[in-house]
Amino acid sequence: MRRAEIITAGVLALLSIYFMWKSTDLNIGYIAGKGPGGGAWPFWLSAVMLICTGCIAFNWYRRSTPPSKSTEPLLDAYGKKMLLVVCGSIVGFVALVNVISMYGAIFVFLFYYLRFLGRHSWTVTIIVSTTIPVIFFFFFEALMRITLPKGMPFLEPIFNALNNIIY
Amino acid sequence: MEILEHLGSGLVLAVQPLNLAMIVLGAALGLFIGAMPGLGSVNGVAILLPITFLVPPASAIIFLAAIYYGAMYGGAISSITLGIPGASTAVATTFDGRPLALMGRARLGLVTAALASFVGGTVSIILFTAFAPPLASVALSFGPPEIFALMLLAFATFVGLGGDDVPKTVFSICIGLVFAAVGYDQITGAPRLVFMGVSGFMHGINFLVLAIGVYGIGEMLWTIDSTRGKVTTTDAKMSVRGVIDDIKEGMRRGWKGTAIGSLLGFFVGILPAAGATPGSLMAYGTAKLLSKNPKEYGKGHPGGVAAPESANNSASTGSMLPMLTLGIPGSPTTAILLGGMVIWGLTPGPRLFTDQPDFVWGLIGSFYVSNGFALIINLAFIPLFVWMLRTPFTILAPMIFVLSIVGGYAATRDMHDVWLMLGFGFGAFFLRKLDYPVAPAVLAIVLGPIAEPTLRQSLLVSSGDPTVFLTRPIAGPITVIAIILILLPAFNVIRRKMRAAKKKTA
Repeated sequence: MRRAEIITAGVLALLSIYFMWKSTDLNIGYIAGKGPGGGAWPFWLSAVMLICTGCIAFNWYRRSTPPSKSTEPLLDAYGKKMLLVVCGSIVGFVALVNVISMYGAIFVFLFYYLRFLGRHSWTVTIIVSTTIPVIFFFFFEALMRITLPKGMPFLEPIFNALNNIIY
Repeated sequence: MEILEHLGSGLVLAVQPLNLAMIVLGAALGLFIGAMPGLGSVNGVAILLPITFLVPPASAIIFLAAIYYGAMYGGAISSITLGIPGASTAVATTFDGRPLALMGRARLGLVTAALASFVGGTVSIILFTAFAPPLASVALSFGPPEIFALMLLAFATFVGLGGDDVPKTVFSICIGLVFAAVGYDQITGAPRLVFMGVSGFMHGINFLVLAIGVYGIGEMLWTIDSTRGKVTTTDAKMSVRGVIDDIKEGMRRGWKGTAIGSLLGFFVGILPAAGATPGSLMAYGTAKLLSKNPKEYGKGHPGGVAAPESANNSASTGSMLPMLTLGIPGSPTTAILLGGMVIWGLTPGPRLFTDQPDFVWGLIGSFYVSNGFALIINLAFIPLFVWMLRTPFTILAPMIFVLSIVGGYAATRDMHDVWLMLGFGFGAFFLRKLDYPVAPAVLAIVLGPIAEPTLRQSLLVSSGDPTVFLTRPIAGPITVIAIILILLPAFNVIRRKMRAAKKKTA
């Protein structure tokens, strides 16, 4: 965890510098008669962020905070595997939204998660992963009139048929 | 008398069919959300806020406030039966609740928690009704320097009283404020902080994107990682006779803790940024300190359940006070409610009491009604909740992920924000592992759009002189308190060092 602490502080320091640089697109000083420029607020906040990362690095050097003293890894074997599998499936889910629609992606995600990560029976997997997108469809499209992404054109006939039911 | 009149009309509004349905649904959902390990009121409110746009604002906030309320009751259920706090607000409940369950007295713990929550809720609502209108009328005279001073106070309480690593807390506040500044400069209208020229940043970062990312995705990852998916329940057998006996015992042994928690919780809840978690921990500590048998605490004393449970309910109402009267949230959950009010087209703050009395008093009326319903639902459905808690985490977790992503999309209808939300969720998970507090960032993204213009207007009026925050009669003392709070951790370090030096010389 000690190494992760200093690497994170470094990354956040770079992020702060980037924010400061980006803020200078607008005036960061005081304009007479107009008050502080549009870039002043984010610029000085980012500067404070940079100072904070310096303090975090100093505390790391002095080993005065729990993560800077910790000899445990940030993620153990379980944590790494969990992160890879769970985060990977969430990223896959979001990536699929524009291809097979939000509802299709929910089905695939739930099916994968329940069957392969949760090791649930086929019955539970199929019931949960099909009912949730159906409930969501009627809730969002029919009740709330919020349209969620419908994916690529090849799915149009299916949604047209479903729309005929709700309208 | 005027207050009672308003309250009467508020109660009439609260019991209208739609609002009553919202209260019952919200309280039941809140109980369940609060009971689920890893989910608290803040997660429930953040994830469900986007779906409240269908109903009028008053009903929407009544629904969300009922969730908030219910979650405070529900947190105790998993603290006692699972030994895992349902939410951070119920951490202190595990200290005595879990030993009670292990002794086979889970039912006593649950009943005491429900009763204490009810009393805490009721006391705080009465205090709220008495304090809110006068505070709102004072706050009406506030100008930009006073409002900015209040914002500073909200952030300062996080630094001074949050108990987290100070540089990390300040970093969290600043990054939240910078995220709030993305999009357009509010005053000149020029594009600002459009990172890497990505057009999705032009419309700014909606606070819900950060809130759902942090409290939906990040929190779930954290729970999966920290519990390793292993959760064991202790059963609570319910019978009417047994419940009545436990009510008697809970009242007899828990009244003192309840009284302490109800009062302390309210006043800690009012403090901006303090909220229910420190309130419940302080109430537990005080109840133990004032007990005749402090040694019994931690081993299964009903007072140790009553104090934090009454305090967290009391604090949840208390934290609504600065939100409604001053426009600054008292807890992360109220920060999200505040953001919701802005989306509904309402301006939180003192003018709300004069401009939207129906909204405000309807909400206050709903507190009374929700409190009663939450108690009834809680006592009636404890066995059901205990049963539902056995829902395997591998079913619950993907559902939360799905709800978060759909909720995040529904809030802005832009896939760019869904990706951003994922980034915030993953980032929050890592930062939390390294002890970075994430709540200040969420509070900051909500308060940013209020803090920046008030600072700029104040400096414009004073021709760039920052002493404007110190010289005005109301802004001055608030700023001084904020500065003291910011410096508090430094004072503590110096005091500790001096004590250590004294010990050495002795």
